Amino acid sequence: MSTKLPERTQAKAKAEGHHMPGRESADRKQVTQGRWASLLLLPTLVLLAIVIIYPVVNAIIMSFQKDAGLNAATGFFEQGGAAGFDNYAHWLLQQCNGQACPPGTIGSQFWSAFGTTFFFTVVTVALETVLGFWMAIIMARSFRGRSAVRAAVLVPWAIPTAVTAKLWFFIFAFDGIANKLFGTQILWTGSEWPAKWAIVISDTWKTTPFMALLILAGLQLIPDEVYEAAKVDGATAWQRFTQITLPLVKPALMVAVLFRVLDALRMFDLPYIMTQGANNTTTLSILVVDQIREGFNSAAALSTITFIVIFLVAFIFVRFLGANAVGAATSSGKK
Amino acid sequence: MAATATLPRTATAPARRKRFDWGQVRTYISALIILVWCLLPAYWMIVTAFRDTAFTFDSSFWPTHVTWDNFATVFDESLGNHFGRNLLNSLIVAGVTTVVALVVGVFAAYALARLNFRFKFAVMGFILGASMFPGVALVTPLFQLFTNIGWMGSYQAMIIPDISFTLPLTVYTLTSFFREMPWELEESARIDGCTQGQAFRKIILPLAAPATFTTAILAFIGAWNEFLIASQLSSDATRPVTVAIAYFAGAQPHQEPYTAVMAAGTIVTVPLVILVLVFQRKIVAGLTAGAVK
Repeated sequence: MSTKLPERTQAKAKAEGHHMPGRESADRKQVTQGRWASLLLLPTLVLLAIVIIYPVVNAIIMSFQKDAGLNAATGFFEQGGAAGFDNYAHWLLQQCNGQACPPGTIGSQFWSAFGTTFFFTVVTVALETVLGFWMAIIMARSFRGRSAVRAAVLVPWAIPTAVTAKLWFFIFAFDGIANKLFGTQILWTGSEWPAKWAIVISDTWKTTPFMALLILAGLQLIPDEVYEAAKVDGATAWQRFTQITLPLVKPALMVAVLFRVLDALRMFDLPYIMTQGANNTTTLSILVVDQIREGFNSAAALSTITFIVIFLVAFIFVRFLGANAVGAATSSGKK
Repeated sequence: MAATATLPRTATAPARRKRFDWGQVRTYISALIILVWCLLPAYWMIVTAFRDTAFTFDSSFWPTHVTWDNFATVFDESLGNHFGRNLLNSLIVAGVTTVVALVVGVFAAYALARLNFRFKFAVMGFILGASMFPGVALVTPLFQLFTNIGWMGSYQAMIIPDISFTLPLTVYTLTSFFREMPWELEESARIDGCTQGQAFRKIILPLAAPATFTTAILAFIGAWNEFLIASQLSSDATRPVTVAIAYFAGAQPHQEPYTAVMAAGTIVTVPLVILVLVFQRKIVAGLTAGAVK
């Protein structure tokens, strides 16, 4: 916050018509700092433009072109050409060559992949938020061995998702330890709902620690005196939680939820390795990857749709739910 | 002042202690549940890694039928496993990505943390948005681009897209670290007669080094764990460990080589976990930097 002060006082001085000594030097300082800043930021922005904006623009252009393929009418193998919105209609309206896509083809799976992606996102993020909150509250208390617990939660976080997938694939194997522990005989990765829950549990194991640490950091900013005062006023534990903890931790919580939601919407590694997308566990990301080798341009349209969906969700979060990640990042640490 | 501050504490202490014990027990039980939940699956991976293939599904908690065979299988080239090569590939890709992201990102982070300029909010928003960008939206156009220019399966084909998420992460984390640093010390050193170079070398560098190092670990882990991009854009020669583990070959054909995969997972994970535990405090600070405050 303090960083914005010179600009504001300057503007105020201007508006009020006061003469401000040293205004000119402040102006010059602003200009030189601005020049320095653009110089220092240039490499990062150029690099990000190359690795993100160029491919995205490229994908958008590709998405309006036809995939090379056999033309049913002429019987010739044809190279692309302009496609208009055909590729988007292919996914969104399930149109394959002017008719409904036959079941089983990649094209017919869009809405089910869309639903699966949102199912995973809602369920995993909800579970992770509740569990993460609980873990954070425990880790915020003082007890012997607290540092051991805080270290332990970093273990699932540090394990690569590909390894996590293989590990839980083994745990959920038919002869695996999960079935033995619970005395069940479930083919976990063999049918729709067990497979979905296996993926949800693996994801929850892997990413709850991240959630817990972010929430813990938020909890630690709440001064003890607030709780003491509430206790003196006779607030119950539940009241203290809903009236103090929740509202005060909300900014950190919203940012954590936003990060997790955006991450879950692009979920790929776990279902791709555990089930290869079988039994209705195909997410949008898996569908794009399946499509790449079938035709770049349709894949480009699908990846653009995926990108827009994620962008819209992020927008809704920031605009309507007050997840202010940028504000949290730009505000000064000194308060 | 002192009397009013200490009085309530002594007055409530006995009453609180009695309730506290029960709360403390519950805390320990909860802490134990967290420990078991987080560590047990990882423990199971390591135990299985040392188990004889014939006893893959042995369910005893302690290590039984202990053998190093699985680790031999992991590196057995006659089975088509090139795990040494995969490890090297991961090191190269993650290493180069980290160095590039750090070298470029450190300047941006300095500007964002220390300088006043217009559009700061917009720049930060763009960088944050970039870090949340879905990898799958890059893979499709890059797949075609790299095919056209003959880069498919090369190291740069993975490093370039990896930068799309490591660089924003680096800038984001470093910015919040830099903001916390006592930069006034630089000025004090100048007043005390240090040259600008000395002030930088003796004051700023030692202060910034731990922050930079932590950020490097986070970026490295991010790139090391990357799977989607590598699974599509790598070749046999450049395949990193994450992809190799997903397509592992065991001693028996048509049989999922669980024990060998767990051994490979152990090799990939243990160094990472040790690194993380050693720098635990710093890493937690880096992970949560910027998300709160």
